[in-house]
Amino acid sequence: MTLPASTTQAGAPPAERLDAPASPTLAAGTMPVLVPARRWGTGGIVGFMLPFALALVWEASVRLGFSNGRLMPPPSRIGATLWDLAQTGELASHAGATLWRVAAGFGLGAAAGTVLGAVSGASPVMRRIMDPTLQALRAIPSIAWVPLFILWLGIFEASKVALIAVGVFFPVYLGVAAALSGVDRKIIEVGRVFRLSRLQMIRRVTLPAILPAWITALRTGLGLGFMFVVAAEFMGASEGLGYLLVDGQQLGRPDRILAAIIAFAVLGKLADGLLVVVTRPLLTWQDVGRDRL
Amino acid sequence: MLRIDALSKTYADGNQALDTLDLNIRTGEIVALVGGSGCGKTTLLRLIAGLDTATSGEIRLDDAVISGPSADIGVIFQEPRLFPWLTIDDNVAFGLSHLSAFEREGLVANALGRVGLSGHGHRWPRELSGGQQQRTAIARALITRPRLLIMDEPFSALDPTTRQSLHRHLLSLWDESRPTVLLVTHDVEEAVSLADRIIVMRPNPGRLHEEFPNLLSRPRDRMGTGFESISRSILKSLDQSLKPIPQPAARATAGEAAWW
Repeated sequence: MTLPASTTQAGAPPAERLDAPASPTLAAGTMPVLVPARRWGTGGIVGFMLPFALALVWEASVRLGFSNGRLMPPPSRIGATLWDLAQTGELASHAGATLWRVAAGFGLGAAAGTVLGAVSGASPVMRRIMDPTLQALRAIPSIAWVPLFILWLGIFEASKVALIAVGVFFPVYLGVAAALSGVDRKIIEVGRVFRLSRLQMIRRVTLPAILPAWITALRTGLGLGFMFVVAAEFMGASEGLGYLLVDGQQLGRPDRILAAIIAFAVLGKLADGLLVVVTRPLLTWQDVGRDRL
Repeated sequence: MLRIDALSKTYADGNQALDTLDLNIRTGEIVALVGGSGCGKTTLLRLIAGLDTATSGEIRLDDAVISGPSADIGVIFQEPRLFPWLTIDDNVAFGLSHLSAFEREGLVANALGRVGLSGHGHRWPRELSGGQQQRTAIARALITRPRLLIMDEPFSALDPTTRQSLHRHLLSLWDESRPTVLLVTHDVEEAVSLADRIIVMRPNPGRLHEEFPNLLSRPRDRMGTGFESISRSILKSLDQSLKPIPQPAARATAGEAAWW
C-alpha cells in the first residue's frame, strides 16, 4: 500500500542540537532530541569550586593568624595527614575494610529489600500483613540495633554487616513496594490486551516500569549504607574509616578525623558514581530533564 | 460479526453504566459510537475488549463468546500508551514475541512503513510527536491482523491536521484487510468521515439512542451537502439524547388524595 505523500514522515531529518547557533528547522511533527549543551556550568569542574573556595579561605585564615587551626586544621595539614596515611598503607587498608563491609551489607540489604518490596508491592494481602511491622522496625534508630546484633552475631564482621544491611534494606523495600503499587494501570492494560501471562507481565511490563524507582532506591540505600558503616565501625572495630574517626578522637588528632571524613565522602561519591554509571544504560529511554536542571 | 446481546454493566458502587444493550456489527463494518459523557461508550469498548466483565448479557465475535482479551481483537486507546523503555520497533513488535526475530523485523518494517514511520524504528517514544506516537500505537494494534479493531477516542488529543492525516492512514489500512472497526468519538465530523454507521448513545444508564447509516462514498467531502446533512441529524439526536426521558406522571397516593 502506498500512503499519501503528504502524510509520510519517512526521511525526517536527524534531530538538531538545541544549542546550534542557527534556529533549527524541524520536520513537521518531529520532536527535537535534547542534547545537553556543553557550557562551563554543566562540566564537572564547577562542582569543585565551592569546596575549593572554602578550603582556600580556611587555609588563608590559618596562615594569616586569624585562627590557630588546632581544632580545625587547615586543608594543607589534612592533606599531609591523608598523604601520610596513604604512604603507610593505612588509608588503603581502612578504606578497603569499610568498602568491604558496605558492599556486603549493601548486597544483603538490597537483595532483601528488593524481594520483600516486590512481594509487598505486588500483593495487597502481603502488604497488609508485612508493611505495618516493617514500618515499625524502620522507626527504630540504627544505634538501637547495635547491642542486639553484638549479642546475636558477635563483635566481629557479621554484626557490622547486619547493621549496614538494615540501613540499606528500608529505602530499597519502600522504593520497590511504592513503585510496584504505583505502576501505571494504563500500560498494564496494554499488557493485558496482548494477553501476557503473569510472569510475562512482570518481565516485560512491571520490571521495566519500576526500574528507575528501583535504581533511585538503591542509590538511597547505598548512601545510608555509608552512614550505617560509621555506626557499625564504632562498635569495636580495629580497622575501617569509622575506626580512624574514633582513633583520631582518642588521640586528639582532628586532622585524622577530617582525613577520615574526607575519605568517607570520596568513597561514598565514587560508589554512587559507579552505581550511576553501571545503571545508566538501563535508563537511556527516560524522558527526563536531568540535563537541563 | 460482532453480536452484543442484552449487555448490562453495573459497577461495585452501584453506578449502572450500561442497560440491556443489543448491537450487531457486520464483519468489515466501521461503526462509530457517539454520545455525551457517562453514556457508557468506554465501558462498552472495555467489555468488548475483554478488559472488564459484564454484569449480564453476552458478547460474541463470530460466534465465539468474548470472556477476556483475545488475539482477534486489537485495541487503540485515547493515549498511545507506548512502553517508554522500548524503541518504536520493539513497541510495534510487542505482540509478536511468538515469532522469530527475522519474521518480526520484516513485519515491523512493513507496519511502520504503512503508517509513514519508516526510519523511526530505532527511536524512543519520547522522541516522537503525539501524532507519530499514535501512529505507532495503530501499527502495534494492526500488526497482529485483528478481526476486530476497537478505538477509544484515538485522535482526540491531536490537532485537526494530524487528526485528518491519521483518518486517511486508518482508512487506507482498513481497506487492506477490512477488519471490523468500533470507534468511540466525541467528534461528529470524525464519525461521519470514517464510519459506515453512527450510533448515538444516551446516558444514565448507557443505552442506544438512535443510529444513522452512512452511505456516503469515500473519500468523503466534509463540505458536501450529504456530509453536512447527516452531521446535523446526528447533532440533533445527540441533543435529544441528553434530555431526560419523560417519566409517566406519578399518581397521587391515597393519603395525598385525602389531604387535598
